Amino acid sequence: MSGEADVAVGERKNMPKLKIDFAVAGPFLALVVLFILGTVINPSFMSEGNISNILTRSAFIGIIAVGATFVITAGGIDLSVGSMAAVISGVMIIVMDSLVDQTGVTWATILIGCGVSVIMGVGAGAINGLLTTRAKIEAFIVTLGTMGIYRSLVTYFADGGTLALDNSLRTLYRPAYYGSILGVPFPVVVFALVAIIGWIVLNRTAFGRHCLAIGSNEAVAKYSAIKVDRVKTATYIIQGLCVSLATIIYVPRLGSASASTGVLWELEAIASVIIGGTILKGGYGRIGGSVIGAILLTTIGNILNLTDIISNYLNGAVQGVIIVVAVWLQRGSWRSSAKT
Amino acid sequence: MTIDSSASGGPILAARRISKSFGEVQILFSVDFDVRPGEVHALMGENGAGKSTLVKILSGFEQPTSGEILLDGKAVTLPPNGEAEALGVVVIHQELNLAEHLTVAENLFLGREITRNGFLCRAEMRRRSREILDSLGLKLSETTPIRHLSIADRQMVEIAKAISRDARVLFMDEPTAVLSPAETGVFFEQVRRLRDKGVGIVFVSHKLDEVMALSDRVTILRDGQWIATHPASELDGDAIAQLMVGRELKSLYPKKQEPDVDEAVVLSVSGISTDYVKNASFDLRKGEILGFSGLIGSGRTELMEAIVGLTPRSAGEIRLHGRPVAFHTVDEAFSAGVAYMTKDRKGKGLLLTAPMAPNLTLISLGRHKRHGFLNPASEEKAMETAMRKFDVRVRDQGVLVGRMSGGNQQKLLLAKIMEVDPGIIIIDEPTRGVDVGTKQQIYHFIAALAREGKSIIVISSEMPEIIGLATRVMIMREGEIVGSLEGDEINEQEIMRYSAGLKKGVAA
Repeated sequence: MSGEADVAVGERKNMPKLKIDFAVAGPFLALVVLFILGTVINPSFMSEGNISNILTRSAFIGIIAVGATFVITAGGIDLSVGSMAAVISGVMIIVMDSLVDQTGVTWATILIGCGVSVIMGVGAGAINGLLTTRAKIEAFIVTLGTMGIYRSLVTYFADGGTLALDNSLRTLYRPAYYGSILGVPFPVVVFALVAIIGWIVLNRTAFGRHCLAIGSNEAVAKYSAIKVDRVKTATYIIQGLCVSLATIIYVPRLGSASASTGVLWELEAIASVIIGGTILKGGYGRIGGSVIGAILLTTIGNILNLTDIISNYLNGAVQGVIIVVAVWLQRGSWRSSAKT
Repeated sequence: MTIDSSASGGPILAARRISKSFGEVQILFSVDFDVRPGEVHALMGENGAGKSTLVKILSGFEQPTSGEILLDGKAVTLPPNGEAEALGVVVIHQELNLAEHLTVAENLFLGREITRNGFLCRAEMRRRSREILDSLGLKLSETTPIRHLSIADRQMVEIAKAISRDARVLFMDEPTAVLSPAETGVFFEQVRRLRDKGVGIVFVSHKLDEVMALSDRVTILRDGQWIATHPASELDGDAIAQLMVGRELKSLYPKKQEPDVDEAVVLSVSGISTDYVKNASFDLRKGEILGFSGLIGSGRTELMEAIVGLTPRSAGEIRLHGRPVAFHTVDEAFSAGVAYMTKDRKGKGLLLTAPMAPNLTLISLGRHKRHGFLNPASEEKAMETAMRKFDVRVRDQGVLVGRMSGGNQQKLLLAKIMEVDPGIIIIDEPTRGVDVGTKQQIYHFIAALAREGKSIIVISSEMPEIIGLATRVMIMREGEIVGSLEGDEINEQEIMRYSAGLKKGVAA
């Protein structure tokens, strides 16, 4: 009766399909380009050892980025993850070291340490979540605050120095970072599992859909009978849990924690998420993109290590350029497909 | 016409054979349109007829695919992004463009501040703002931040801003959509004042009575084509509606069907109070369409939101099928079969940046699970069914909801609410910003739902809608239910007397 079908539809339909696909596949294409570049620069780049090295190193940021995808998709932000990782590492080490006398150099000691890590991650996430939802403070402010608190706590626990894990305990715990399952490094296995579970939760559960709805428009979510506060708090708890998992595989790597542990991880995690195509203001999230984003950032560092053309000290600069370019590309395609 | 601003006395701004295509889809077909100094020219048409696109082209926000734009008789290319303001072509957008944290004066001079030696002359700007406000007879203070103003006052500030920019042509896209009748009256006065100063005004609206009251000429578009331009005095509402739709609109409203007297009371509300609503009581029977009328701000939405748990209640009791209930959150209401459909479809109803399917199933995701996980195929099927049932017309299901016409959005919102299969449906402004053809469809959907045995509450600020749909009407005023009408008593005069406070007393 209303005359015509939507005219506006045509605008979108007429957009070259390729462009949309590019927005989705963009990060992946960029990664392929980087891999080709790496091989050209140094043939040993594509060696099994180097590839598994890249994946292993990207696991920490990658796991945290999966959690950050939830937070950002639901319209939030968590700046505290790096400091959170540091303080969790520190407390884990303190707890395990002090237990060595009672429970000995056993996996039980390590498992208790891991349990502490999970409880702390969930707790810290819940604090961030409740402060944003109940106290109605902007997530940026809340997590800026907790970032400072956690960072200074780890400095205090370490008395300005370094907390070191008991040597024999570290030897026992070592495989959690250096070990492998069927030839796949253990951190990579954990990273893959976290990513797969994250993808399913975001894309195939009502909870994931609710995250998208809240990030897209909180009022619409509220009027659609979604428990907005509960879902938002849950995203921060997921983030905390991811930080705790990353910490569990990080501690055996160096066996120590200090004030400089996890510095700038929050920015690398957020950068991974954004490079991956998730929209910073929320409403649209891509777990797969975040995974690729994390690998991409690690690969840049790796390539700079393998070449003398650009100094390794410029790692941050190259990463920065990639982030800006990625978002610029996204913005272009996003605008033409979502202009109202 | 009082003042001839152009040498020839002809139109200030004119479109000649304007066509516009987005890709392969043509939106406008060789449309002619002009605005003369000192006239109000109404632009009408159904949703999707091309009104907004024409306004965008005439104000430089879009460039035509072919055809030309004449300013004072000379062909011009209007600069984009509102820069046409410098040429006196000003648009007041539906979403008002005011900086909320700045004051009235700061907004009036935004982007063209008066400075001396690089510093702002704040006193000078305040003084000139005062002059502009006084010239419009506005009592607003020039130092009030915009965020403290009502929507109506903000609209007045927009008009003042247009005047301060020496607007020669002023485009207004549904300016009265958010205004109460009283505010609309004041607004019209301002528009007439501007007209008398020689400004050409283009007025896009769906409200026939307003168009008849305000405009000098009316242009009607249909399906992107120019249909007619007539002096308003030669047209009446029916004629306009017919030109818009291209056929006669016989039964805009379906036949009313009153529920039996002994039909069960499904919802009984007694003594509900909130911060604003005072002691509201009413009953809703099975299969009934109960209308809620009143001026904007009379507390109708707040009462309904209090019932479903969106707004806290301070007192009162709700009985659902005779059993007392107290919804603390809206999901409890939905689970109990009481659904509330918001009037703010863009702000609270739909996710504009998502496609249709996630919108449709957002409340009812629980029905699309298999082994605890969402089943896209099942959502897809629900989408197909809903599109057929509510006649949602899009060419591509993946289209983002924000790009759909108001009519299709409204149908989608109704479909979304109906996905939870509620027994009681509260519909707030069922046809806001929707064309007349879609209105007719929505009225028939509502009537059909009532016939199926659903009980429906319709809140509407459009009186014909309430009169045409409801078998019983409650009238609210300043947070109170002040009257109740039934059967033949339901007419405009009676409703108005209650709404305006001339009459009071609840019959029920």
